[in-house]
Amino acid sequence: MLKKVLTGTVSQLRTLGMIFMHSFRKRETLNYPEEPLQLPPRYRGRIVLTRDPDGEERCVACNLCAVACPVACISLQKGEQEDGRWYPEFFRINFSRCIFCGMCEEACPTSAIQLTPDVEMGEYRRQELVYEKEDLLINGPGKDHDYHFYKVAGMAIAGKDKGKAQNEAEPVDVKTLLP
Amino acid sequence: MATIHVDGKRYDVDGADNLLSACLSLGLDVPYFCWHPAMGSVGACRQCAVKQYKDADDTQGMLVMSCMTPASDDSWISIEDEEAKEFRSSVIEWLMINHPHDCPVCEEGGHCHLQDMTVMTGHDRRRYRFRKRTHRNQYLGPFVAHEMNRCITCYRCVRFYRDYAGGADLGAFGANSNIYFGRHQEGVLESPFSGNLTEVCPTGVFTDKTHAERYTRKWDLQFAPSICQQCAVGCNISPGERYGDIRRIENRYNGEVNRYFLCDRGRFGYGYVNRRDRPVRPEWRRDRGDTPVTLDVDAALDLGADRLRSARRVIGIGSPRASLESNHQLCELVGEGQFSTGIAAQEQACLAAMQTLNQTCGLPTPTLRDIENHDAVLVLGEDLIASAARVGLAVRQAAYARRTELAGERDIPAWNDEAVKTLGQDSYHPLFIAYPTTTGLDDVSEASWGLAPNDIARLGFAVAHAIDAGAPAVEGLDEATREAAADIAARLMAAKRPLVIGGGSLGSVAVIEAVGNVARALARRAKRASLLLVRGEANSTGLAMMGGQSLEWALDELSERRADAVVILENDLYQRLPGARIEAALFTADTVLVLDHQRTATWQYAHLGLPAAAFTEGDGTLVSLEGRAQRFFQVFDPRYSRPETRIHESWRWLHALRAGMRRHAVGEITLDGVIQAVAERYPALGAIRDAAPGADYRVRGLKLAREPHRYSGRTAMRAHIDVSEPRTPQDPDSPFTFSMEGFNGFDRPREEVAFAWAPGWNSPQAWNKFTDEVGGHLRAGDPGVRLLIPRPGHYRYADATPPAFAARDDVWQVVVLPRLFGGDETSSRAEPIIERAGPAVLTLSADDAARLGGEKGRRLRVAGAAGGITLPVRLDPSLPAGMVGVPAGLTAVLASGEWVRLSHDVEATEHAGTAPASHTRDDAGDRP
Repeated sequence: MLKKVLTGTVSQLRTLGMIFMHSFRKRETLNYPEEPLQLPPRYRGRIVLTRDPDGEERCVACNLCAVACPVACISLQKGEQEDGRWYPEFFRINFSRCIFCGMCEEACPTSAIQLTPDVEMGEYRRQELVYEKEDLLINGPGKDHDYHFYKVAGMAIAGKDKGKAQNEAEPVDVKTLLP
Repeated sequence: MATIHVDGKRYDVDGADNLLSACLSLGLDVPYFCWHPAMGSVGACRQCAVKQYKDADDTQGMLVMSCMTPASDDSWISIEDEEAKEFRSSVIEWLMINHPHDCPVCEEGGHCHLQDMTVMTGHDRRRYRFRKRTHRNQYLGPFVAHEMNRCITCYRCVRFYRDYAGGADLGAFGANSNIYFGRHQEGVLESPFSGNLTEVCPTGVFTDKTHAERYTRKWDLQFAPSICQQCAVGCNISPGERYGDIRRIENRYNGEVNRYFLCDRGRFGYGYVNRRDRPVRPEWRRDRGDTPVTLDVDAALDLGADRLRSARRVIGIGSPRASLESNHQLCELVGEGQFSTGIAAQEQACLAAMQTLNQTCGLPTPTLRDIENHDAVLVLGEDLIASAARVGLAVRQAAYARRTELAGERDIPAWNDEAVKTLGQDSYHPLFIAYPTTTGLDDVSEASWGLAPNDIARLGFAVAHAIDAGAPAVEGLDEATREAAADIAARLMAAKRPLVIGGGSLGSVAVIEAVGNVARALARRAKRASLLLVRGEANSTGLAMMGGQSLEWALDELSERRADAVVILENDLYQRLPGARIEAALFTADTVLVLDHQRTATWQYAHLGLPAAAFTEGDGTLVSLEGRAQRFFQVFDPRYSRPETRIHESWRWLHALRAGMRRHAVGEITLDGVIQAVAERYPALGAIRDAAPGADYRVRGLKLAREPHRYSGRTAMRAHIDVSEPRTPQDPDSPFTFSMEGFNGFDRPREEVAFAWAPGWNSPQAWNKFTDEVGGHLRAGDPGVRLLIPRPGHYRYADATPPAFAARDDVWQVVVLPRLFGGDETSSRAEPIIERAGPAVLTLSADDAARLGGEKGRRLRVAGAAGGITLPVRLDPSLPAGMVGVPAGLTAVLASGEWVRLSHDVEATEHAGTAPASHTRDDAGDRP
C-alpha cells in the first residue's frame, strides 16, 4: 500500500516536471500566418497544370483526371491547336469540392496535372474557389522536369512529323517493291 | 442444335455457328478483332484462339481459332486453358508492337475495342524495344478522320467498306509491314456508309471527325435511346450530349431495324441541333419589319393565347418531321376541320396511296432485317441510296445472299466469309431497278432502266400483267419493255420470297399504283412476297395515318381570308411550295405563330415564335416507313447548361396555348398522358402506347441511367455559372434519369438501352451482351410496335395506266431527285453535311446537253411557272432525253412532273440555296 502511494506520488511529480520542462523546448506550433508554412514537396495541396520543357501546355485534354476524380470536381473540354496538339479549351476545378486526394495526378498520362504544397486557398465566397485554366496553368514543368508527351506518342504535330517520335521508323511507302 | 463443352461445362448452342459466336452468345468472353457479327469470320487476327480437345478424355488438345471452327456437336473446348491464354496474350502483345502510345490523344479511347481486348488478355507491359512502324494519314473527307499508326491490320474496314457496303474507294495496299488501309489517293470517301468505319474499326484508325473538334469520351456523354430523324427508315440511334451540345450519334442496336449500321446522313447530320442561331426564347414582333423582342414563357403564352382567342378561325399546319404527339396537340388546339398536315398535295396524295396499299395489297411490309432474306427484288422509282440509304444497304445484302445460298449447297457455312465470297464471286440474287437516273445499287442489279416516271409506272403495270393476266394490260407497250416485264415477272415468280419496293420520291401516284399492282398480282398468285414503300420524312407514315388537309388547302384558307390566324408546327413551308404562294398566305394572316427549333425562312414571318425542342431535347413517337412506331427520348435538359433557354417540346407549348385560349389553368401534362390521348383519338395508332415503356417503368426498382457510371465533372461543369449545384433535372416523361444514378446493366432484359456498356466491354461490341444471341434480337424484344398490318380482303387492281412519256421540243419535264446529303430539311443545315454534299447540279441526258450546247459543268437556268434556278450541269447516262433532274432540298419552285424551259445562264442570276465549293486538298506530303 505504502509502496503504491510512494510510486504514484513520484510518477505524478515526474510527469509535472516533464510537462514543466516542455516550456523551455523549441516550439512546434507555427505562428501561422506570421510565420510561413514549410510543407514537404510531396504534400498534396493546390492543383496546378504544368508545361513541358519546351514551354507548351502539357495537358492534352484526355479526360483521365476528370474520370479519376472521386468527387467529380474537374471538368474540361478538348480543343485542337493549329499544330495538331490537343489542349483543354477550358479546364475547371471546383476546389470547394476537391478533397486533394491526388488521384488526378496519378491518372495523368502526361504529368500535366500536379499537386503542390500550397494550401493557402481560403476565400470568403465559395464561388471564388472555382479555378479556371488561367488560374491553374503555371509556367514550369513542376515536379517532372523531362517528360514530353508528344516526343513519345506517335501522333504527328507540326514540327514533329510521323516517324520522328521515340523508337519510330520512317513512315512506310506502300509503293515500293523493295522487301 | 449442338452440345458443346466449354471448360467442363455443357452448353446447348446453334450448331450452324462458329465457336466464337456461340461462346459470345452464351455470354462467355473470348477476345477477338477481325470477326464481326454482321461480316462473318476470316481468321485474320489470331486473337480468338481456344483449346479444342478430341473428346472428353483428350488432355493434350490443340489450339484452334474459335471463329474458324464450327460449333459442331460434342465439341470440347477450353477458353481458360493456360496455353490458350498465353497464346492470346502473345498475339495482342505482337499486335501492340507498333501501337503508337497515343491513347490520351485518340478519339477512340474510352470506347475502344483494342483497349478492351488488351485489358481482357492481361497485356500491360511493353517488352519490345525496337522501332515502331509508322504511316502517313490521309484526308478522307468531312466525316471520317484517319490515323493509320493505330492500325492492327484486322481488315475489318475494307471488308465492311467493299464487301458489305459495296464501296470501291477504300482498300488494303501493300503487304506485311508495308501495309496500308486507305484510298489510292487523298479524297472524300464516296460510300454513304463510311461512318460505320468508326464503329467497325476496333481501334482509332477511323474516327468520327464531326465530333473531333469538341471531342468527349464516351463515359462523359449523356445518352438516351433515340430515333434518327433524317429520313423515314427509323434507325435507332443513341445521341451523346455534353455541356448542352450533341457530340456524337452512336448506332443503337435494334435487331429488326438497323442492327449494326447507319448511313452517313443519320450519323453525321445532327449538327443542326447545335446551331448557335437556333431560337432559344420566345420571340415576338408586332409587324414583320420589326426586330423581334424576346419574351419569357408566361408572357409569350398569354400573348399567343390572346391572339388566337381573338382570331375568327385558326388554321394549324402540322409537320411530317414533328412527333405524333406534337401534331396531335396542334390538331386539338385548332380543331380537326382546321388541321393541315403541312405536306404539299402531290406528296400527300402519294402518302395516302401508299397508306392504302400497305393495308390492301395483301402483302406484308418487311422489316429492315427481313429485307435481307428476300431473294428477288424489284425497285420501281426509288434510288434507295438517296432516299432511304439504310434500306439500300439491306437490299444490297439481299442481293449478296445468293453467295450464301450457293455456299449452303456445298456445305460451306455462311459465316466462312472468304470461302463464301470466293465461291459466289459476282453472283447475286436478281435485283431490278427502274429509275430516271443511275442509282447507287446499279452495280449489284441484274438490270436497271433509266425511265421517266410514267414509263416506270407502265413497266410496273406490265410486270403485274405478266404475273397475273387478270391485272390490266398496258396499251401500246413497246417490245423491249414487254420483254423486260416478262423477264422481271418470271424472275419474281421463280423466287421463294420476292420483294417489291416503291415509294413517293418521284411524286408520282402512278408509280405507286404500279407497284401496288405488282404486289397484288404476287398476292393473287399466293407468293410469299413483301412490299416496301419508301416515304420521305421521319414521321410521314404516322402523319398520313393521322390524316389532315394538304398544305395548299391551308394556304388558300389564309389567302382567301376564311381564316385569319395560323399555327405552324416545326415546318419550313418554303421547302414545300413556292415562296410567293406562302408569302401571299402569311401576309394576309393577322397572326402567324410558329413553333420550331430552327431559324427557318418561315420563322422569319412569325409574329410569335416559340422555341421548340429538337429530337434531342424532347420526347415523342415517330412511325417509320415499315410502320414501326418508335419512341425517341429526351437526351438532355438544355436549361441545365444554358439557363437562359426556354426550349420545350412542341406538344407542351401547344397544350399550354390551348389551356390559355380557353382560360383554363395549365394543368400537368406528361408524355404518357399525351400518348394516351393520341391512342384514344386515333384507333389505328392505338398501339403506340406499347412502343416503349412508360414513365413508371423500373428495373430492380430503379429508373434507367442516361449517364454511364463513370460520368465525370458533375460538380464542376456548371460551377462557372454557380458553384452551388442545382438539383439534377427531373424527368416526369420517361423512365430515364438525367444522372448516372439508375440501372445501366445488361443482365436484366430491357428494350430501351441508352448506351451499351458491360463490364470489360466499352466499345459498341458491348451490344453482344444485350442480345439473345450474337446478331439476334434484344433480349427484351426489339423496341417499337408495328402498325401497318395488311387487311384481308379482295381488292381490285388499279387500272389507270398513264400514257408513255414523250420528249417535247423546247420544254423539259422536271424530276426532283432526292439527295442523301443536302436533300432533307434539317440535316442540310449541318456543316459537315453541307461540305460533303458539294455543289448542287442539274442532271441532263447527254443528248439534251449536246443539243443545248450545255456541256458538263456549264451553268443552265431552269425556269418553271413559279420561278427558276441556275445550276451547273451534270450528265447522266441513264436519264431519258426530255427530262431534267433537279436536286431535292434546294428550291420548292420546281415540282416533279412540271414542264420547264432551259436556257443558258446569261447574267449571274440568283442563287437558290448555298453550295460551297467542293473540298480539295493538295498536301503533297501525305501519301500514298
